Amino acid sequence: ELPPNHFPAGRAAAVAVGYLRYLRGGPGRGLELSALRRARRQDIDGVGHKYCLELELEDVLDKGRTVNCTAEVLYHLGSSSTAPDVQLTVQGELRSTEEADQEFYNRIRSLEKELVAENIPDSHGNIPPELEPIHLLAWAASGYVIWQNSTENTKFHLAQVQQVKQVNRSDEDLQFDYVLLLHEMVSQEVIPWELTLLWHPWRGARVCRD
Amino acid sequence: ANMKLILIFSALIGASLCLETFVGHQVLRIKTKNEEEVKQLQLLESLEHLELDFWINPSAPALPVDVRIPAVSVQSVKAFLESQGIEYSILIEDLQDVLDKEKQDMAESAQRQRSGSFDFGAYHTLDDINSELDHLASEYSFVEKIQIGESYEKRPLYVLKFSTGGFNRRPAIWLDAGIHSREWVTQASALWIANKIASDYGTDASITSLLDKMDLFLLPVANPDGFVYTHTSNRMWRKTRSKIPGSICVGVDPNRNWDAGFGGPGASNKPCSDSYHGPSANSEVEVKSVVDFIKNRGNFKAFLTLHSYSQLLMYPYGYKCTRPDDYAELESLGRAAASSIRSLYGTTFQVGTICKTIYQASGGSIDWSYDNGIKYSFAFELRDTGRYGFLLPANQIIPAAKETWLGLKKIMEHVRD
Repeated sequence: ELPPNHFPAGRAAAVAVGYLRYLRGGPGRGLELSALRRARRQDIDGVGHKYCLELELEDVLDKGRTVNCTAEVLYHLGSSSTAPDVQLTVQGELRSTEEADQEFYNRIRSLEKELVAENIPDSHGNIPPELEPIHLLAWAASGYVIWQNSTENTKFHLAQVQQVKQVNRSDEDLQFDYVLLLHEMVSQEVIPWELTLLWHPWRGARVCRD
Repeated sequence: ANMKLILIFSALIGASLCLETFVGHQVLRIKTKNEEEVKQLQLLESLEHLELDFWINPSAPALPVDVRIPAVSVQSVKAFLESQGIEYSILIEDLQDVLDKEKQDMAESAQRQRSGSFDFGAYHTLDDINSELDHLASEYSFVEKIQIGESYEKRPLYVLKFSTGGFNRRPAIWLDAGIHSREWVTQASALWIANKIASDYGTDASITSLLDKMDLFLLPVANPDGFVYTHTSNRMWRKTRSKIPGSICVGVDPNRNWDAGFGGPGASNKPCSDSYHGPSANSEVEVKSVVDFIKNRGNFKAFLTLHSYSQLLMYPYGYKCTRPDDYAELESLGRAAASSIRSLYGTTFQVGTICKTIYQASGGSIDWSYDNGIKYSFAFELRDTGRYGFLLPANQIIPAAKETWLGLKKIMEHVRD
């Protein structure tokens, strides 16, 4: 049993939430950890460290309503080259984003020029309303990076979208080439990270190059 | 009937155009030499058609008589006074001019109040922050701006001293912000807090009794070089801007540079690292200036420092994972402070030692202060928990400052009592 306010549980929770953000996040949904209720750690010989977590989550666009989630995060022994395994179950429904997703999709598809933007948020924390979905998509993409690159000795957050370039495609997906700035809490470094994100209202977010 | 209508109509127009102006009105000061002259003026006073407005009525020869004269009567009144040999001087040549000027002055002053007033809900440059420190020091007699040293790039390190008396040796509280320059909500909150304390002294019972017993020293920008750099070049800069011999990289993590487990785990010996501890303890002038100031003045009872982000309220130790001697009291006080913070907007802060809560980190400021006899040593990590991180929207500055202040106040009250 681990104290929820101590960092080992917090770091595992961040991995679980990152993974979930990647799976279920989008231009109309941003999931964050509202509370860590309970954490247990199991050391499995020859395999690694498994964390079992009870989390409370919140959609930043639907604040005031929390959703419960149980997660298992397995950090593999001795490796920083294998991503942790994450399994999770969300209890209950997340707010539907069908309409917002479709609206965003149509808006981007109908742009005359490919969208380009920098510094989201800006130095003062501002995000222009039309770029809010772009920021949330970046947050979902960062979830992938966080999941893939975390160890028990790291804790990543998305610090800023340094740059985003939309790239027109011949198929139905939207493509965004991002340069993200990730803040790693333990070393305190802010690290630039390039990736390409594909997104579609039904197919969700996929990182295809990073 | 028509005639009557015209009369009523003109009367109504006249009434509606009742913008009394004082164009051409003059105010005279009349010096009477004897009773006879006083009687003459009293006669003048009785002539109602002249519509004279006596600001000082004629009563005795020794006293001056001030009178406002409508434009149309000015020449005839003067002619009368001269013919009687009564001395007078002109106090006001044209009253409307004076009234116009007064109106303008008031408008300008109101403008200054509105726009010259510091916006605590916005992020500011170093220059603007320093101006506001000057403003607070000039507005409140018990607030003084002192300089405790200079940064690497020779910027002054300004501290606001809150002191209502006591011969400079009252027990004191230290509060600093912005030691890590990218943590912008901390410098901004420090300014709101400074203004809050200054303006509430005398009206808020708790602040008043606090400052009546203790001095408070507030350093709102502990790392001015880094702060300027976040404005001009790199918003994500954390460290100082000192040149490191033998390296192309710049800057030392000022919160790994204190003499507490210096060079131990949780700090890097690589100059290019964001947690580089520096060539030696107190190598950074920004750190040394604070150390020297606190040691020289002495009698500090609390050392409080603001960081962001993560929403944590921590006490020593960071350099080792063992509990401090005062663990029970600090844990309990920390929880009480976190509870106060939560009472305002529901914002939750986790409480614990640095080592257990965030990571093992050596060379930190509150470890140094604690090991140097300052029992109430706490480090706050303010909003948020990662959604905006360092780039907290400006509209959250005041809520963050308000809730943080409740936590600080809880600790300060405990120290006072």
